[in-house]
Amino acid sequence: MEILNEIRFIMPSLSVNESAARAVVSSFVTQADPTVEELSDIRTAVSEAVTNSIVHGYRKTQGSIELTVRILTGNEIYIKIRDKGCGIPDVKKAMQPLFTTAPEEERSGLGFSVMTSFMDRLSVHSKVGKGTSVIMRKRLGKNGN
Amino acid sequence: MGMEIIKDKGSTVAVLSGEIDHHNAKQLRAELDRYIITAQPPELTIDLTGITFMDSSGIGLIMGRSKLIKECGGKLEVRSPQPYIRRVLKLAGIERLVKIK
Repeated sequence: MEILNEIRFIMPSLSVNESAARAVVSSFVTQADPTVEELSDIRTAVSEAVTNSIVHGYRKTQGSIELTVRILTGNEIYIKIRDKGCGIPDVKKAMQPLFTTAPEEERSGLGFSVMTSFMDRLSVHSKVGKGTSVIMRKRLGKNGN
Repeated sequence: MGMEIIKDKGSTVAVLSGEIDHHNAKQLRAELDRYIITAQPPELTIDLTGITFMDSSGIGLIMGRSKLIKECGGKLEVRSPQPYIRRVLKLAGIERLVKIK
């Protein structure tokens, strides 16, 4: 799979940057001519991943979040969201619907469910004390658009 | 992002506008809670017509308000979400707790 174009940006884990991340990703991905629905799916999945890094990865601390977005041949979008936060001890458990470690913040525990449902592929790599990387892929135009 | 309380055919409607993410949800949560606790409406409708983006933070916001209003003896409804926001709501199975119109 060849990379046709790529953007990479780093931002501090401030919640105000959740909308900035969505805006940058969505503006870049527009080059690949997504439908309105595909673009909404991508924006929502990015928002979930970035929020996870802010709320869970860095908790009460602050660090950096790196986003890499690629447009691949075959009209596929690749998005990687990486933090150097606390990491996830049990990824499988964290990905279960409704599982949350931040109920006091009214986190619904549906972040990974949204990412899985709105993107084609999702992989999560995490090391306790080192951080977490979330890689998501979505092929555009599957519905004949 | 904002909230306005209006009366519509005798029922109370909280008209939300803008984007609901983790950052914005905090303020909306505080404003809605203040209203629910002080006014104790028997029925409250959250109108999502003007919401242009919502992720799972919106689910937490709606579920939390539904719980609070129930504790105050009232009932919560949600109306007019855009199609892709409806998909987020559906994914959470929220219609089992809150009526979506």
